[in-house]
Amino acid sequence: MPSGFQKISLELSRVTKVYPGVVALQDVDLSIAGGEIVGLIGENGAGKSTLMKVLGGAVSPDGGGIHIDGQHYSALSPAEAGRLGIAFVHQELNPFSNLDVTANVLLGREITSGPLRLLDRRAMEAKVAPILQLLGTRFGPADPVSGLSLADQQLLEIARALSMNARLVILDEPTSSLTLSETERLLSVMRQLQSRGVAVLFISHRLSEVENVADRVVCLRDGKNAGELTGQQICKDAMVRMMIGRDVQQFYEKSAHGVSTPVLSLRGVRTSTFPAASVDLDLHAGEILGVAGLVGAGRTELARAIFGVDAFSDGTIHLNGTELKSHSVPEAISAGLSLVPEDRKEQGLLLDFAIADNISLPCLNHLSRFGVVDRERETSLAQASQARLSIKTSSIFHSAAELSGGNQQKVVLAKWLATNPKVIIFDEPTRGIDVGAKAEVYHLLQALARDGVGILMISSDMEEVIGVSDRVAVMRRGHVTGILNSDELTEENILRLAVG
Amino acid sequence: MQKKDIGLALLVLVVGSVVALINPRFLSPINLANTANLIGLFGLFSLAEAFVIVTAGIELSVGSLIALLGVLFVDLIVVQGVPWPVAALIVLTCGAIFGSIHGWLITRLQLQPFIVTLCGLLIYRGVARFYTKDGTAGFSFGDEFPVLEWLISGRTGGVPHSIIAFTVIAVIAWFVLHRTVFGRHLFAVGKNEEAARFTGINTRRVIVLAYVICAVLTGLSAIFFAMYTRSIHPASHGNFYELYAIAAAVLGGFSLRGGEGSVVGVVLGVILLQVLQNLVNLLGIPSSLNFAVMGSVILIGVIADTQITKHRNSRRQAVALATIKGAAPKPQSLPE
Repeated sequence: MPSGFQKISLELSRVTKVYPGVVALQDVDLSIAGGEIVGLIGENGAGKSTLMKVLGGAVSPDGGGIHIDGQHYSALSPAEAGRLGIAFVHQELNPFSNLDVTANVLLGREITSGPLRLLDRRAMEAKVAPILQLLGTRFGPADPVSGLSLADQQLLEIARALSMNARLVILDEPTSSLTLSETERLLSVMRQLQSRGVAVLFISHRLSEVENVADRVVCLRDGKNAGELTGQQICKDAMVRMMIGRDVQQFYEKSAHGVSTPVLSLRGVRTSTFPAASVDLDLHAGEILGVAGLVGAGRTELARAIFGVDAFSDGTIHLNGTELKSHSVPEAISAGLSLVPEDRKEQGLLLDFAIADNISLPCLNHLSRFGVVDRERETSLAQASQARLSIKTSSIFHSAAELSGGNQQKVVLAKWLATNPKVIIFDEPTRGIDVGAKAEVYHLLQALARDGVGILMISSDMEEVIGVSDRVAVMRRGHVTGILNSDELTEENILRLAVG
Repeated sequence: MQKKDIGLALLVLVVGSVVALINPRFLSPINLANTANLIGLFGLFSLAEAFVIVTAGIELSVGSLIALLGVLFVDLIVVQGVPWPVAALIVLTCGAIFGSIHGWLITRLQLQPFIVTLCGLLIYRGVARFYTKDGTAGFSFGDEFPVLEWLISGRTGGVPHSIIAFTVIAVIAWFVLHRTVFGRHLFAVGKNEEAARFTGINTRRVIVLAYVICAVLTGLSAIFFAMYTRSIHPASHGNFYELYAIAAAVLGGFSLRGGEGSVVGVVLGVILLQVLQNLVNLLGIPSSLNFAVMGSVILIGVIADTQITKHRNSRRQAVALATIKGAAPKPQSLPE
């Protein structure tokens, strides 16, 4: 660290950010000082990333203030945040793979010499080398970035932060795609930073890591502060209680039902992403089959292949006894299959379209005569769906963008229910929606299952998978590594199959 | 009608009234009929362009196609002696073929529409000039096609047939875009192709069809222009028409990002552009400033539109903020 390093002291008070239809942050407080590791936890959609963006200057809050070293700011610009020593290591890393390590670390702050201001390679490497040494990286300043693993790319980002004299390093889900030993290494780098007086703000879903490394834990729920834990108080149970804010038991309900013939069966299905793995799977009518696994285990790829978005290279898929041959979405839909995709805003909905138009889109042909849409039938379908799923909006002719996440998800579901599906695939059904809406979604899943619909539910939320599913298939690298029945459903069993 | 269309209609009325006040000749039957004729001619291919723009695509070869298909049409009936209905059918079929090639290149080979149709622009222009050996394709003295001439460039009760054709096709286009399943799919694909695909829409087919419709309508437009000019210099015939069409569509509320726009809007856009042209002529503005006037009006229109949208969004944001702060949104008091 350069001499004159001054520890940061940062405080956010009553920060509020509103998007049309969604309150992302409401009166959130957060403080952090140099030499401290603070874990920021909360469910998806709790407001963590918005809060981080406020710190990084990417989002200006609508209310509240930011105090840094006694100075007050109502909003930061990215340049200001950088000047104040706030550095951000994003969840999705985008290094310039065409440049080498040194060029990446010093991008935008290149060292030049001579009257022509030519790049001074030697000075640049001399600046980068000690930082890499401090982090204990396996790569050197002149190595190409294209060959680095995800974990090394993360260290590269941290090196970049340190080269800017960062006083606060924000890590957003840094361990979500790391192996165990890589994670250990990252945690020790974090402690290293701490001992040098750097403040570390660490967002993670992996509570055991938070427990392991954090001095203090701040929890957000539905865009508000939901509590804080320090020192000995930090334990998994307490964190879960803060995140969920209610008893887990009453959150989930399960319906008892007998198992009948399979409505969806996969035999030897290989996706193009994992050509070595072949998947056999049976889903029964009225069953909720959870699909668990780590990010990148091939779950979404499998869903896309079943639904015909991507071609699968081998194997057969039978839906309700008929084979899906043409591997196209229209074929899958007319056979009785629906997909509620992972990315609601880009794949599930046409955000700028009216709610009614979104709902009618997959079954327009049934609502029209000679290709002309019958607007009355369209409207009454939308009204019926609104009532059935209790979509909260003042008008079904408003655009879907104005709805909250939970209500948007209901619109996605509504459009598929209108096609009378036999099987619905849910890919992360409650990602980014608030707790109340989650309970409603679970309730709908159960109701659909009771009506005999087969449900395949991909989810990375362990509580959700265990709480909602009748059985759980666990995937790893494209393979189904095991299927757990309801009496075997524990977090430990799932993890064992997922990590392997 | 959407709010945007009403605003545009008002603008057309205001510009028209100003021109009429300054120069009453604007409202003379001759001038009105001529303007109507031009609106019909330019409107046909502007509607064509709208079908492609709504899918977030672009068709730059409109002007070159008008030259090539026009040359082909004149050559078929004058030199080859093909009966004109057959020639017309051939021209429209050629349009359909070119359109499906564009669509195929864009959807199957994943080429960018700008590049595909830019190459079309260059290729068709070149072929048209080669076809006539850079000469003029036209009717010689004594060539007579009375039925064709009456049908395409004639008038009924003083109303040019081109504007009648434009009206009929605009009504059909309105119906297709705003009332049919296909139209809804066009908007969906233009707004978000991925979401459309996840909804089971055959996005490739929709896009290819958009380019086919565009090129067929352009073919029809080529026949009208051939009969209007009666002689075609393939090096200049139809130059810049694609840009004119894009301008009309953008004025009419179409977004180049796709998924937005209305047929009423593009019709009003065509009318406004022709009235502006008329304004330049009648007000004695040097005709060299023609494009400059057009460009300025479009720029002002687009700026006004984005500013209004921005204002509306920030107001919505303010209301949302007020709601969570507990205070009821205050109704905006209107100045008396």
